[in-house]
Amino acid sequence: MTITTIFQILISSMLIYATPLIFTSLGGTFSERSGIVNVGLEGIMIMGAFSSVVFNLTFAGTFGKATPWIALLFAGVIGLIFSLLHAVATINFRADHIISGTVINLMAPALAVFLVKVFYGKGQTDNIQQSFGYWDFPLLNKIPVIGKIFFKQTSLIGYVAILVSFIAWFILFKTRFGLRLRSVGEHPQAADTLGINVYLMRYSGVMISGVLGGIGGAVFAQQISVNFSGSTIAGQGFIAMAAMIFGKWNPIGAMLASLFFGLSQSLSVVGTQIPVISSIPSVYLQIAPYVLTILVLAIFFGKSTGPKANGINYIKSK
Amino acid sequence: MKNLSIRKGMVPIIAVVAGFLLGAIIMLIFGYNPIWGYEDLLSQAFGNSKSIGEIFRSMGPLILTGLSFAVAMRAGMINIGMSGQALAGWISSVWFALSFPDMPRVFMIPLVIIIGAAWGAIMAAIPGILKAFWGTSEVIVTIMMNYIILLISTYLVHYGFNQKLMASKDSTIQVGANATFRNSFLTSITNNSRLNIGIFIAIIAIIIVAIIFKRTTLGFEIRAVGLNPNASESSGISSKRTIIISMLMAGGLAGLGGVVEGLGTFQNFFVQYSSLSIGFDGMAVALLGENSPIGILLAAFLFSILKVGAPGMNVTGIPAEIVNVVIASIIFFVGIKFVIEKILPQLPKKVAKKEGEN
Amino acid sequence: MTAQNVIEMRKVTKIFGEFVANDQIDLQVRKGEIHALLGENGAGKSTLMNMLSGLLEPTSGEILVNGETKKIDSPSKASKLGIGMVHQHFMLVDAFTVTENIILGNETVHGGKLDIKKAEKEILELSQKYGLEVKPDALVRDINVGQQQRVEILKTLYRGANILIFDEPTAVLTPAEILELLDIMRNLVKEGKSIILITHKLEEIRAVADRVTVIRRGKSIETVEVEGRSSKELAEMMVGHSVSFVTEKKAANPGKVVLDIKDLVVHESRGAQAVKSLSLQVHAGEIVGIAGIDGNGQSELVRAITGLQHVESGQVNVKGQNVANYRPRQITEMSVAHIPEDRHRDGLILAMSVAENISLQTYYKAPLSHHGFLNYKAINRHARELMIEFDVRGASELVPASALSGGNQQKAVIAREIDRNPDLLIVSQPTRGLDVGAIEYIHKRLIQARDEGKAVLVVSYELDEILNVSDRIAVIHDGQIQGIVRPKDTTKQELGVLMVGGKG
Repeated sequence: MTITTIFQILISSMLIYATPLIFTSLGGTFSERSGIVNVGLEGIMIMGAFSSVVFNLTFAGTFGKATPWIALLFAGVIGLIFSLLHAVATINFRADHIISGTVINLMAPALAVFLVKVFYGKGQTDNIQQSFGYWDFPLLNKIPVIGKIFFKQTSLIGYVAILVSFIAWFILFKTRFGLRLRSVGEHPQAADTLGINVYLMRYSGVMISGVLGGIGGAVFAQQISVNFSGSTIAGQGFIAMAAMIFGKWNPIGAMLASLFFGLSQSLSVVGTQIPVISSIPSVYLQIAPYVLTILVLAIFFGKSTGPKANGINYIKSK
Repeated sequence: MKNLSIRKGMVPIIAVVAGFLLGAIIMLIFGYNPIWGYEDLLSQAFGNSKSIGEIFRSMGPLILTGLSFAVAMRAGMINIGMSGQALAGWISSVWFALSFPDMPRVFMIPLVIIIGAAWGAIMAAIPGILKAFWGTSEVIVTIMMNYIILLISTYLVHYGFNQKLMASKDSTIQVGANATFRNSFLTSITNNSRLNIGIFIAIIAIIIVAIIFKRTTLGFEIRAVGLNPNASESSGISSKRTIIISMLMAGGLAGLGGVVEGLGTFQNFFVQYSSLSIGFDGMAVALLGENSPIGILLAAFLFSILKVGAPGMNVTGIPAEIVNVVIASIIFFVGIKFVIEKILPQLPKKVAKKEGEN
Repeated sequence: MTAQNVIEMRKVTKIFGEFVANDQIDLQVRKGEIHALLGENGAGKSTLMNMLSGLLEPTSGEILVNGETKKIDSPSKASKLGIGMVHQHFMLVDAFTVTENIILGNETVHGGKLDIKKAEKEILELSQKYGLEVKPDALVRDINVGQQQRVEILKTLYRGANILIFDEPTAVLTPAEILELLDIMRNLVKEGKSIILITHKLEEIRAVADRVTVIRRGKSIETVEVEGRSSKELAEMMVGHSVSFVTEKKAANPGKVVLDIKDLVVHESRGAQAVKSLSLQVHAGEIVGIAGIDGNGQSELVRAITGLQHVESGQVNVKGQNVANYRPRQITEMSVAHIPEDRHRDGLILAMSVAENISLQTYYKAPLSHHGFLNYKAINRHARELMIEFDVRGASELVPASALSGGNQQKAVIAREIDRNPDLLIVSQPTRGLDVGAIEYIHKRLIQARDEGKAVLVVSYELDEILNVSDRIAVIHDGQIQGIVRPKDTTKQELGVLMVGGKG
């Protein structure tokens, strides 16, 4: 096994496992930057995974190769609808953010499995036929060494995710919308006195997180698990949150942190193919992402370094 | 003043009703008859003495995990790690019970309780210490611990347990008569349900926790730190120490819940594929019960009815998972209680107005 | 010739539930004048101005801007009418730059992107025109309070404000910064702006205002020309009865040294030194007042002495024993009491009952508890007794502390601490946010403690309070004691000089 092949396996599987995390952590970033903690990302990912698989199974015949991509959009819409629950509860009804998010995490798997049984009569769906396969970048994959590692047998949606994180960074830090969104998460009262609609901004943040979280779940289902059941999403939503914190609520940072966590997750799966790593008992590789999350949080982050008004409900007095 | 407490007391009831309504709506959307569905649920739940026994059997672990969440909440901590803590309690107590098949029951029972609770406490101490000393968010750490404990427990079953203790690759043999929580009297009056002494342990736990919080300096300190850590520090209460103690208590209670599941409900240990549901259901119990001992008791009763009755809905073809949707909805409505409290006083006024118009 | 009224408020009333915050207030502000609104804490001045700036809407009454009746139902509406508010608690986003804070809500955009360069140019022009020096790319959290205030002012000017409302602008400024601000106000008026100044500081009114309207308990009392009025007259108008500025007290009779701080070094949260080798002594039977501007190490000093913050080096000797880095309870058990500067954050647990709060320092000892079990009968009885003795007014000892008014909450804290009969009493900002009656009572109580032979250390940002209550005044600047003077032998000016690091 050559070094190039080892890197190729590592990079491509890292990207594959990181992609759902990238999308979801970007979503979390927008939500928390507007001041709404969204612990329910796990539940939104579940709904995204569920809806994309159902869409895929139903419409694979109609859309062929484009199915997984269209399913992403569908999952984004479903994620958006689900996130509205959280938005209404926290923004309009002053619910505690953590509890509302946990309600989503309870509701999503229950609802999803319920519907799987209603639609298909069993607890786990069939495998989808149209998944995100491996992708070879035309031309680029012919470059010696680099081409083989980065551009061959890799994940196209992964590169899309990286592109999206740059776009997200631009929106958050260079546009008027981004400035206002961030102001609402830092000092909603100040923003209010300047005529900014705090509620609207927070809704935007949560809805964006719903769309991206749904897409994240859909990517996971259509690229990694290729079906859906109650145990498809197992903590990825929370790991995405950790990536967001590790990335200091910055889209590029969240993306890089997601790559890191993606690498850690992928090692437990592809580790057997790689010398040295294959000799580590699999349980260590399996718990590695979770242990790493704890270590990262404990060592690098004391109390909140996030947006100042994050998690605090804003109440307008009239 | 009285109005306010009546309003607040109505919230759980309204939340429950709303949750059931939402479940009914979802059933209707997908073509099921909610009235038959709920009817089947109730007849399954109360139909015979066996299922009534199962209800009380189910209440044991739920009360314990509910208390776990409530105790942590009093200290200002959000303990989402109860699944992992319960699992740690379960596997450690079963392992101990299986490893000492000849120990007299009078020693085994207390020891197994202590060991299970201790392991739960240790698992909770980690997020507790991280929060106390480094301010690390216990929300994510406890969630991560759930997965870590889950994976390690599977590994232990496959590679760590002595083969003599295994009944199959994924499950152990049953614990002996010296360790089981089942009781022949209880089993017989409930027509062979899995009812066990766990419910009594849970009730004792409720009483102890209630006394601690109402009457002791420890309870006072936990409440103080949960309400205002700064003022507590100024008053000489160590918030670090209090946070860790309350997480130890929470973990111990959840671990105890796992012990009851292990030695009462199942009487063995088998590989788990996802987080124990009693963990999250415990959170739901505590929230609906508003973290109060009586509330937790009643909420556990309600949720047990739902859980035990759910399979009955299969008669009309309704998947049992709808019950989890109902539970989640109930918690949603508890979460937005501010709105419910605001709307409530309007209703009697509107009724009076209508009557005035007539 | 009557100058036109640029703002007129006619019979403006604001009611919150059952509480009447503003009761038929009349106000006329002429163009180009500096018009002061004078009133005590809670009189209703801020509420009135919040209606003018669009944060609140009147329950009844009219507001006229430049002679026309207007409905000001949002801050942007007010802004469009040329009204800008410089808030007492700055509405600034710490994590943003000066420029971002100024343009927020009014951003210039170029091709979808924020045009920061253009904004910076405009800001620099404004800042030069009005003498408001700022660094556009500095982060707000890194600039000092005076600069932050200038950003607040620029925010209003950037939006074309012609009528500026200043809400208690000098509360957080050094004496030098205050003089600068008064100059800025005169400049603004020269450039054609009109200013409404909300304040309870009498000398500032006399220094810069043309006319003053006195607000008392939600009503407008009268409007007078400032010229020719003495501070005493203005104070009596504000309070409604004659005021003595000085609390009667006998001379101090200091005894042994109770608190002996030697070369104390304390770091602040970011690692720099906040207290730099500070030494100070407090005797039994005397009140030592620490005067200084917020942020010069007083908070760290107090927290270090009471065990809430780490001592890097130096000694804190209480009755001869060095308690540096002792745990808070060890220090309180040495008969040290602490009335903290933020009663809501550090002094009380608002959700707990008054009785439980009063027991916060002693709940773990008999007779309030035995072997870890609390005796609520004793706790409640003790609280009832103290509430009577210290005039803490509330429905009962069983209501949550949040139900008490600010003054009564503070009295409850004082009751708790003084009842323990401490040898050393440390008090921070004892009368912050309280009305005149409560202030009078608390000062009396502190002097009583001193007369009973206790050592009292008072930290306050209010010079009047320090001068009134202290036997000796230690001025703190940049973490060190600049000088120690007696109230009789010094003036506010001299104290002001010491407070900014000058020598006496």
